[in-house]
Amino acid sequence: MKKTLKLLTVCVLSALVLTACGSTDESVTGESSTSAGSVIRMSGSTSMEKFANTLKETYLADTGIEIDCQFTGSGAGIQAVIDGTVDIGNSSRVLTDEEKASGISENIVALDGIGIVVDKANTISDITKDDLAKIYKGDIKNWSELGGNDAAIVVIGREAGSGTRGAFEEILGVEDSCVYAQEINSTGAVMAKVASTPGAIGYVSLDVIDDTVKCVSIDGIAANTDNVKSGAYTLQRPFVMATKGEISEQKQEVQDLFNYINSDKGQEIIANAGLVSAK
Amino acid sequence: MEKVLPLNKNKVIDNKREATAKFIMGSKRFSSFTEQLMETIFALCGFSAVAAVAAITVYMIISGAPAVFKVGIVKMLFGTVWAPTAAEPSFGIAYIVLTSVIGTAMSIAIGVPVGLLTAVFISEVADKKVAGIVKPAVELLAGIPSIVYGLLGLLIINPVMGSIERVLFADSDTHVMNGGADLISAVLVLAVMILPTVINVSETSLRAVPLSLRQASLALGATPVQTIFKATIPAARSGIITAIVLGVGRAVGEAMAIVLVSGNTVNIPFPFNSVRFLTTGIVSEMGYASGLHREALFTIGLVLFAFIMMINIIINGILEGGDKNE
Repeated sequence: MKKTLKLLTVCVLSALVLTACGSTDESVTGESSTSAGSVIRMSGSTSMEKFANTLKETYLADTGIEIDCQFTGSGAGIQAVIDGTVDIGNSSRVLTDEEKASGISENIVALDGIGIVVDKANTISDITKDDLAKIYKGDIKNWSELGGNDAAIVVIGREAGSGTRGAFEEILGVEDSCVYAQEINSTGAVMAKVASTPGAIGYVSLDVIDDTVKCVSIDGIAANTDNVKSGAYTLQRPFVMATKGEISEQKQEVQDLFNYINSDKGQEIIANAGLVSAK
Repeated sequence: MEKVLPLNKNKVIDNKREATAKFIMGSKRFSSFTEQLMETIFALCGFSAVAAVAAITVYMIISGAPAVFKVGIVKMLFGTVWAPTAAEPSFGIAYIVLTSVIGTAMSIAIGVPVGLLTAVFISEVADKKVAGIVKPAVELLAGIPSIVYGLLGLLIINPVMGSIERVLFADSDTHVMNGGADLISAVLVLAVMILPTVINVSETSLRAVPLSLRQASLALGATPVQTIFKATIPAARSGIITAIVLGVGRAVGEAMAIVLVSGNTVNIPFPFNSVRFLTTGIVSEMGYASGLHREALFTIGLVLFAFIMMINIIINGILEGGDKNE
């Protein structure tokens, strides 16, 4: 009696496993058949990896069209567009005159703004770009040197590989020469550390700044979305999706992608990635 | 827990034997098929642990070794500059390894004496009522998630260390102010975290020391304190060493708590420097790492794995040596 029961259980279980296998097989083949043939090739900036991957996933889910993303660096991405090996070249800097001269169109899809935050007790409310670079290089060590309280500066930054760190160091021109007191691996933790450490300074994406910390203006310009859009706030960089020639000259799939980015859905992706819309 | 004297122990075992015999005799309905099935299941469960260890070892070597060869073993293990995303990347992990070694040693130096004396207190000195308060407290300490230790360190130890740092290094030109996120903070958190391990294991081994040994010592005219240090603790030696080595293992492998308090910059592990441990190095950079950087993080994992393996070999050696001595 027991044995028959056991045999029955085994049969039922194996049947279940088999059906499970069958259904996954089906779904895999189904997916690949819809996306075959229509692929957009994209390559470039590693800083845009998060944005590009989110775009890729959402676009695939919504339209069934595959975007092939590679992250080789801004320069290599632009070169690939010039050579015609990809449809879109991602760049996290503006194009050079040379690049523009070779017929590449600079389509800025989003702006990456970075806010400088200090703890609330700090009396400093404005800082120049030069002084900021000096603080991060370790040349200025005390807030009193900038007319603030006599308090040691605790320089807080992100870990190597972080997009925000890459952008910040690139804009200030302090790559590989920063002297960090603390390297923290998330935006939220940077905010918490700055809020709780007297004399701390840190950098974060503009969209996460709240009233637990004090956001200082750069060269007299307040860090807000309007100033980033107008270009007055200088601690920002563009996210460019460069194409060979105007967007209207591209193949239909690429044009559709740019329309998608300009739609509400695309703008939502940009906002979720902590970026400011370029529209 | 109730104290079981050696005399009563045999009785307890006898009772258990009787119960087992009853259980077996009362279950004739167990067929030989079930017996074999269960034996197979036991064997499978046993081998799954072996398989997991083997799989982890192979995986760690496969994923950790390539970066060693690409960077060069000397450059990697003895290099002091960790700049994985620089224009000319550098993957020296010497300071990171050194931090893990020194940080663990310091936390053991603080945690073990406190833990051992607590174990002595619970098993030898305290009366039942007091021990009944201390022991559950220690067990509770073991159950607290490591991230909570980290948060407490962040909220309590870091600010205190920060104010000490501001006084000590007020006139220093070379010190990078880190607001208290330094080696000492991490060591203090680790020392508290290893306490439950050290206390529980050494308390068990102290309790296992036969009562007759203590009685003999006292009968020879030794005071209770002399008995504890000259008779009981030496007799429990191998268990206490096991406790220390397990504590080392816990301290070396901890990541979540110290990533919050250590500052996480690669520096020489001086007490007031912001430092990075093997574990925190992996935790903090794995998110966005790619290419050789990612492979180098796996190599750090491999080094950590080698450390844990060494600790296990040491613990086995001690246990075997202890058996021979007795």
